[in-house]
Amino acid sequence: MEMLITLLQIAIGAALINNFVLHYFVGICPFLGVSRRTDTALGMGLAVTFVMSIAALLSWVFTYYLLRPGAPLPAWVWQAVGGKSGVVIDLSVLSYIMYIFVIAASVQFVEMYVRKFFPALYKSFGVYLPLITTNCAILFACLEIMKHLQDPTRLWGLPEALTLAVGGGLGFTLAIVLMAGIREELDQCDVPHSLRGPGIALIVAGILAMAFMGFAGVDRGIETTVTILMK
Amino acid sequence: MSKTEPTALERFTNGILPENPIYRQFLGMCPTLAVTGAMKPAMTMAAATAFVLVSANVIISLMRGLLRPHLRILVFTLTIATFVTIADRFLEAYFYAMSKELGPYVPLIIVNCIIISRCEICASKQSVGVALADALGMSLGFALALASLATVREILGSGSWFGVTLLPAGWPHWTIMILSPGAFFTLGLLLALVNWVGRRRAEAAALRARIKG
Repeated sequence: MEMLITLLQIAIGAALINNFVLHYFVGICPFLGVSRRTDTALGMGLAVTFVMSIAALLSWVFTYYLLRPGAPLPAWVWQAVGGKSGVVIDLSVLSYIMYIFVIAASVQFVEMYVRKFFPALYKSFGVYLPLITTNCAILFACLEIMKHLQDPTRLWGLPEALTLAVGGGLGFTLAIVLMAGIREELDQCDVPHSLRGPGIALIVAGILAMAFMGFAGVDRGIETTVTILMK
Repeated sequence: MSKTEPTALERFTNGILPENPIYRQFLGMCPTLAVTGAMKPAMTMAAATAFVLVSANVIISLMRGLLRPHLRILVFTLTIATFVTIADRFLEAYFYAMSKELGPYVPLIIVNCIIISRCEICASKQSVGVALADALGMSLGFALALASLATVREILGSGSWFGVTLLPAGWPHWTIMILSPGAFFTLGLLLALVNWVGRRRAEAAALRARIKG
């Protein structure tokens, strides 16, 4: 019950209130680059969601067992080699390198998997699939998960981490598809010459961001809503 | 690809305006929009990016003979990630409040496309001196772009510049300029301004050429 409320709050927070693109500005490059047509935008959004979930799963496992302060694996090794007790080992200095490795590996893995089992989907993604490696939204999701694994009293479990990734990915998909829909309409409009291309796209994004600000505070109502519904 | 690679001086001046990473190449948008609510975080970000860009460019240029084509992107990202870790730890140790304010955007320098693109375009092909000049020019261009955005947003949003109050107390703070929509609007309009000035200058140059000829 309490778990459900927490998960809903994380998901809605990541997807709508603090939308990855429109609030944190991560993933702006594909947001501006791949938002010319709705169908490619949708494919890109779902691919990002998928990679983000896998990267979040792997980075949670690595951070929880290996990198966070007081992680079990280094402590076990420390004891096995006969180190002094009462020492907290903190390997988080390695986390950025580890995340980049994890992201690059999962993109490679997803690419191989999709090419083997879904050739049609692979063809429609084209060059965008490998480009997900440098998508900052994915590294951002890993960093958010790391932030919630630093404080030993309030650790995030795997469900929270996965919810953040899926919610954030779906929020990204929503934003990029909305953007693509608006840009398809914009093609028919007479945009001032200097604003054509990225300029008008940024202004549209600003208006979208303003609209998404209206979601602020939605998470506070979740607890009461869920309690009423459960009764 | 041109046959003769640009010299060090060309690389340096190209980075500042003709190939400005933000206004001309649209690279590194994420920190540009995220940290330009005020001058102080924007300049800290510019300095951290400059450190990483210069170090990564120099190191990649030094080992350009050892790079293998299929592994080069991996080598680039790992080099960049190492220097970003150094910059992040340094900020955390000496500028704790600033490091908290920048939050995830310091580690996000790793996936800043400006740095990878400079490693790919310049450092993996040219000597250390040229790579250094290129990195400095690009960093300067990036810093100028961040400064232009942050100036507009901080003055309109909080009536100050670098924390110094400029506008009279009666100024109604345009809070929207500090929030995320303001970032998109400011960058969009500044981009339009740069395009407009560029087109005017090109037209004027064409006119002058026609009068002379």
